[in-house]
Amino acid sequence: MSKKIDKKEFDEVIKSEKVVLVDFYADWCGPCRMLGPIMDEISKEHDVYKINVDEEEELAASFGIMSIPCVVFFKEGKEVNRFVGLRSKTEILDMLK
Amino acid sequence: MYDIIIIGAGPSGMTAALYALRANKKVLVLEALTYGGQIINTLRIDNYPAAPHISGVDFATNLYNQIMEMGCEFKFEKVVNIKDHTVITNENKYDGRAIIIATGATNKKLGLPLEDKFIGRGISYCATCDGNFYKGKVVAVNGGGNTAIEDAIYLSNICSKVYLIHRRDEFRASEVTVDELKNKENVEFILNSQITSLVGNDKLEKIIINNDRELVIDGLFVAIGQVPETNNFTNGLNLDESGYIVSDDMKTDIPGLYVCGDVRSKSLRQLTTAISDGAIAATCAINDINNKII
Repeated sequence: MSKKIDKKEFDEVIKSEKVVLVDFYADWCGPCRMLGPIMDEISKEHDVYKINVDEEEELAASFGIMSIPCVVFFKEGKEVNRFVGLRSKTEILDMLK
Repeated sequence: MYDIIIIGAGPSGMTAALYALRANKKVLVLEALTYGGQIINTLRIDNYPAAPHISGVDFATNLYNQIMEMGCEFKFEKVVNIKDHTVITNENKYDGRAIIIATGATNKKLGLPLEDKFIGRGISYCATCDGNFYKGKVVAVNGGGNTAIEDAIYLSNICSKVYLIHRRDEFRASEVTVDELKNKENVEFILNSQITSLVGNDKLEKIIINNDRELVIDGLFVAIGQVPETNNFTNGLNLDESGYIVSDDMKTDIPGLYVCGDVRSKSLRQLTTAISDGAIAATCAINDINNKII
């Protein structure tokens, strides 16, 4: 399962030396609800966290999130990649290669 | 060998699967992304008879669970070609006596440089999904159909200013919705106009209209229609001028190949007509199999 986190936890987890995926989502967003189970699948092999943009408006804004779902890839505290909108499991795993 | 292979798991494809499974056929559904199709973008469905206010995701999930309970085989693979009775995906090949194309349609893009770069960074194709990120900001909506006008009305209640850019001075949208938009004080119509370029560094900052007028905006919502998702497998199929697959009672010109839902050439693309198409396509396929026509 991808783990729901807040701003404080976010600041810590993105420091990881391994690539960390953060899924910015909202409960009212249809595509986000469809992406959820796909990200849960990805979390079996990778570190996946999720941020509710309604609860963490400032954090989402600071990363320029303007469309959701938006998944941002972090490594050692820096953004290394991102995608917006639904993607298949295969496509996401390809981005991690 | 499957009896019926269905390409695409939107409402139409999944309904076709439901009918085929109820006729005890061996069914495979192939889907490139996730089940549900475009309906998952709809927050609240209000024009589906007897199921008022259901969300698109709930509708899609109910239908998915319904076919899975009936023993549907479902694979997340992208179809790249159809040759006779063989469906070729990015991973495998499957043979089916009948093949139903239910691949749907997708939002038409502007076709301008930088468009892909700015998706999620100022460009959106879904006002109800992304509108809230533009609270109190200046946005533009491009298009003249019902979706564009409804998006502009929705955004006018959230944003400080909404420009409605349309290439003609007449609207395909219903008069009632256009009138409602005209009454909004923070909406400005820019008619007989086209967006000719997108400007910005990390995100969209400006758009140029008719190679002439510069408009500083925070967001652009594109609602200029749709294109059929026919990919590469339309060889030998009869298409209409917009690229949608022409059929007679869901049968294409090729025996054993059927079509249903938004990818089909038709006059009304709604949840109700998608469902209806799916039922008819599956029934045609079932009858052709039972009568040994295919």
